[in-house]
Amino acid sequence: MTDSAAARIAASQAPTAPTPASGEPAPTAPARNGDKPRYRIVLARFLRHRLAVVGLFILTALAVACFGADWIAPYGHNHQDLLLGAQQPSSGHWLGTDSLGRDYLSELLFAGQVSLAIGICVALLSTVVGTAVGAIAGFAGGWADEVIMRVTDLFLIVPAIAVLALALQAVGSSPSTIVLVLSALGWTMIARVVRAQVLTLRNKEFIQAARVIGASNARIVVRHLLPNLTGVIAVNVSLAVASAIILESTTSFLGFGIQPPQSSWGNMLSQAAGLIGTSQAYLLYVPGLAILITVLAVNFVGDGLRDAFDPQGRQ
Amino acid sequence: MITDPPPATSGAPAATPAPSADPAPVLSVRDLTVTYRTDSGPVVAVERLSFDVAPGETLGIVGESGSGKSAATMAIMGLLPRNARAEGSVRLHGRELLDLSDRELRPIRGRQIAVVFQDALAALNPMMTIGAQVAEAVGVHDASQDRRALRERTVDLLDLVGIASPRERVDRYPHELSGGMRQRVMIAMAIANEPALLIADEPTTALDVTVQAQVLDVIERVQDRTHTSVLLITHDLGVVAGIADRVMVMYCGRKLEESPVDPLFHQPAHPYTTGLLGSLPRIDRRAERLVQIPGRPPLPSERPTGCPFQPRCAHAVPEICGAPDTPLLAVDATHTTACVRHHEIGSVKR
Repeated sequence: MTDSAAARIAASQAPTAPTPASGEPAPTAPARNGDKPRYRIVLARFLRHRLAVVGLFILTALAVACFGADWIAPYGHNHQDLLLGAQQPSSGHWLGTDSLGRDYLSELLFAGQVSLAIGICVALLSTVVGTAVGAIAGFAGGWADEVIMRVTDLFLIVPAIAVLALALQAVGSSPSTIVLVLSALGWTMIARVVRAQVLTLRNKEFIQAARVIGASNARIVVRHLLPNLTGVIAVNVSLAVASAIILESTTSFLGFGIQPPQSSWGNMLSQAAGLIGTSQAYLLYVPGLAILITVLAVNFVGDGLRDAFDPQGRQ
Repeated sequence: MITDPPPATSGAPAATPAPSADPAPVLSVRDLTVTYRTDSGPVVAVERLSFDVAPGETLGIVGESGSGKSAATMAIMGLLPRNARAEGSVRLHGRELLDLSDRELRPIRGRQIAVVFQDALAALNPMMTIGAQVAEAVGVHDASQDRRALRERTVDLLDLVGIASPRERVDRYPHELSGGMRQRVMIAMAIANEPALLIADEPTTALDVTVQAQVLDVIERVQDRTHTSVLLITHDLGVVAGIADRVMVMYCGRKLEESPVDPLFHQPAHPYTTGLLGSLPRIDRRAERLVQIPGRPPLPSERPTGCPFQPRCAHAVPEICGAPDTPLLAVDATHTTACVRHHEIGSVKR
């Protein structure tokens, strides 16, 4: 699949590639990446990373299944059949039902909506905040940098789970408060990475050159620094999605997170934990596997993104 | 290499005096001192440097690495690193630049003073097309232009600096162009706003010899069109002989000699300049080995009082050359030297 996709890209490129103009006073150096625009190069490199493509495929399928659960799921959200009770997997209920007679596959998909949405929102929010803070700290330097980095240090020594539990007790554990609390805890990682990258980039000559043409600091950060951080930021988003899903699951499993009747993979896990020792103990594996597969797929995609954006990467 | 230094006929009188500096110079630098604070104490990179650049003139600044030529330009642009301090006076059209804040300098940078860097690949943003970068150089100072006008202006600029088929190249990325092409893009960015002063910081050093000549040609052609003054920083005397009107020789952060080009090559009035000229390969003389200046430049902490060149100078007399704060001496109306013994040494044999 990856090869044919890459070949399609290559084939679609070939006829449009402009030939080097002749009559050139200076010999044109062989262009290292041909005449492809940059996004094509990135895409082609990503598609060559097999696991990343598989990961992206799995994620897409999961997202479609979960967010389209209203149409795809065999039973409605929280549709109970109390007379049915707990059932083993059958043709009517592929993953069986729980003690309330709810179809477990449908539950998994609806719970996935919450888990995936929290993962994505936390990743985006913490990346935006962390990137902004890191870029400001790295670019401004001086006391602003000191203050910001000491604050991020502070976050390193705070036990995240304890803070999560306290904060969710205080503000209530709706999905949106969970997103806010997880983001508030999660922005420091990307802030450190972005700051470190900005520190090396800001001494590059092209940043100096941007100053020389009279560019303001804001313009330098937005137009010259951040585009050069695309790879780092994209990778961080994927890693943050994975860690946010796990953290949400952890808190829900411990009982601070998503509360029934709303469900997430975390609290499905927590409810299934009560079934250990019964014939339905297998239900523990279903949300667990969903979390595992999602996190692995997200990490593969992150890996592929890192390789694709690496400027030193070979064609 | 580009053009040979004019053949020296030693002892010949100076050529026709070059046009004297315009009464209203574009750039006027007085007693510029740049000091770096370092862990091992202050380091003086530029010491009491004074010079003028007249309108339309090309002033070459020659010096080896560490002679302070780059520190001086960065001081002019107000882009010294945090641990450096500039004192003295830098006036552009009579306006003092050293007192201005970063915000006040922004409209001047790129519009009145522009810089062409040595390594165009490093100085261009790898993630932006060259067209976007040239357009930015215009757009930063003029937000009124719409996208289409900006693109037309960009294509014109690329055409002006001799980039063939600019309409296609405008969407290329820096790594897709050759070194000479990239340097042309840098020049296009620099002249985008027709600055009064163009600082070219070793513009040809990273290029092949054949491409060097083309790039210098572009600078000269652009200068003819826009009447920009050029401050050409180089360690290559051949480049200076090719396009500069006047030359300033720097060593250890100080000006050792300043003169119109021809007299400097014919009758250098400082032993250091003589040494530099002597170390050039000449096609009109047969030589087995190139002559080199003995020793190496002193570390900033080990600079002697008086003439900084005296430890390496064959003509040095410690009692005379060690005297601190010797003024620059006039050789003639347009030619000055820091060598207090230049009359005794006479026109030094090359």
